[in-house]
Amino acid sequence: MDTLNDILFYVLMATTCICALAVVLTQNIVRAAAWLLFALAGVSGLFFLLGAEFVGSTQLLVYVGGTLVLVVFGVMLTAQGPFVNMRIGAAEWAIALAVGLVLYGVLSTSLIISNPPQSDVNRHVDATMPDSSVLGSSLLGQGQASPTGFLTGMPPAMRRERKPMAYLLPFEIVSVHLLVVLIGAAYLARAKRRRAV
Amino acid sequence: MSEWLSSHRALVDGVLAVVEALLLLGFVAGSAVFFIWLERKVAGRIQDRLGPTRVGGRFGWLQTIADGIKLLVKEDLIPSDADRMLFRLGPYIAFCGAFASFIALPFAYTWVAKPLSVGIFFILAVMSTEVFGIILAGYGSGSKWALFGGMREAAQMVSYEVPMALCVLVPVIVAGSMDLNFIAMKQTGGIWNWYLFHDPFTFLAFWTYFTCATAQCKRAPFDLAEAESELVAGFHTEYSGLRWSFFFMAEYGAMFAVSGIAVLLFLGGWNTGFLPELSTTLSRAMGSEGQESYLGWVIGNSINVVVFVVKAWVLVFVQMWVRWTLPRLRIDQVMMTCLKYLLPISCVLLMGVSIWQVAVHPSVGPYFRYGMCAVCVGLLLWLGVKVVATPSRLPVSVTGATDLWNRGPIPPELAQKTTV
Repeated sequence: MDTLNDILFYVLMATTCICALAVVLTQNIVRAAAWLLFALAGVSGLFFLLGAEFVGSTQLLVYVGGTLVLVVFGVMLTAQGPFVNMRIGAAEWAIALAVGLVLYGVLSTSLIISNPPQSDVNRHVDATMPDSSVLGSSLLGQGQASPTGFLTGMPPAMRRERKPMAYLLPFEIVSVHLLVVLIGAAYLARAKRRRAV
Repeated sequence: MSEWLSSHRALVDGVLAVVEALLLLGFVAGSAVFFIWLERKVAGRIQDRLGPTRVGGRFGWLQTIADGIKLLVKEDLIPSDADRMLFRLGPYIAFCGAFASFIALPFAYTWVAKPLSVGIFFILAVMSTEVFGIILAGYGSGSKWALFGGMREAAQMVSYEVPMALCVLVPVIVAGSMDLNFIAMKQTGGIWNWYLFHDPFTFLAFWTYFTCATAQCKRAPFDLAEAESELVAGFHTEYSGLRWSFFFMAEYGAMFAVSGIAVLLFLGGWNTGFLPELSTTLSRAMGSEGQESYLGWVIGNSINVVVFVVKAWVLVFVQMWVRWTLPRLRIDQVMMTCLKYLLPISCVLLMGVSIWQVAVHPSVGPYFRYGMCAVCVGLLLWLGVKVVATPSRLPVSVTGATDLWNRGPIPPELAQKTTV
């Protein structure tokens, strides 16, 4: 089983990385969206491989079914010519490359410096993965989603227990934030009324 | 044998996954072949014709095979203005979206390619990727008809996803799980246990869901994307041959998938409605002294598969029936139906079912279920009696003096009605 998982992991990883590169390198917006589809699907495949079905499905629903469709839809509605190409100047390339390299540097150094994450002490290897019902009840403030045990990825000196956590307040704040975004979008998109002269 | 199996776990798992995928692919393709034939037959009957009668004997059984061969040998065109990569990609993405939903669709108790605790959510998620293939096809064709068709299609499918998902949540709230196996097993036993009859909100949610699902599959009266009179054939105007047939496989696959979801969520899944759950009962009955019989389990589940598939086929038939009965809506009417009516209705249903779960006394539930079930079954029986009692008229040829089945001249009073 492990070998199959390994093979699938490498296949998915390679697909995701190659498609993500293609997103950056292609100049046609809709083609970039198509490559992004495969990159995002690869990431959701990695989530499925890890047994996080809920996160994987959400990834597909939100990014592929929502965001990407909106991208192409926006191009179709606003494009003047048949196929839209982005012309990217040398300065933009330089800035993007610098930002990308800095991000890569920060991530890789933090990965090397910090201790490798350890699996939870209290969890058995064979134990079933926690499913989305735990997440749902903790979103409603009824239970806890965080497992018990020590926080992972911390230096031994700073090691401490996980705190019990419920997510009702963050959940509500996020939903209000979405409402603000929606109202803003409706305000921007409304028909401009000419004032009578 | 078992040693070899355990030492080659990866190989065995891989082979099993391929076998499961091939089984599902075979089922989807096979049912598409059947549905296309059925669609022609149903259309013919509703329009007072016979439908296909030549290929493969009296009922035209092999019509779809003949069509398939025609599509295979047809020239495969890519317009010179098209974006070749997107044009090629579109049909496959659309088909993958429709096909991947079958991964989590249980055909019988635990008979599912991958049992997921969030099964219904997964299905909704992968079905939402189908629209992306359609948009790519519409955009990549480099034709104004395809572009407009794809745009309408995108607007329609994205809009109808919202009320559809809200309606799916209604039985999920009642069951308390997104696991399709679990939801269907909660509806075992009598027909009154089906979630269709659980409370007034689930009853209405079924019809709202089915309307949204019909629109989601781009079926008439919502088939704006292929309005022949204004848009030629919509997003697949430029497609021909095998790639075109992939769009149709996607459409018929999605039809079965949404019907299967409706059956699992509202119509008792693989439960017959008058027998106990067959796989567990038979495995216990055929086993000896506390030992469960595997054979009984397989037999029970095989019957379950048949029950489930037949139920889903009935819903697919209803979609065809609706298609050939109702005229096509205008695009503004389609959007208005969704945003002004179906969306508020589904929100009210969601609120209502939550309140029913919390506020209504548990003793009310059974009375409502029995009453609702009795009313519906009575109505169906009454309709059946009416249909049987109404004398049927056979399809009549308008050109000749004899009807199509050569049973002699038409009686004068019928012939008068059919003068051209």
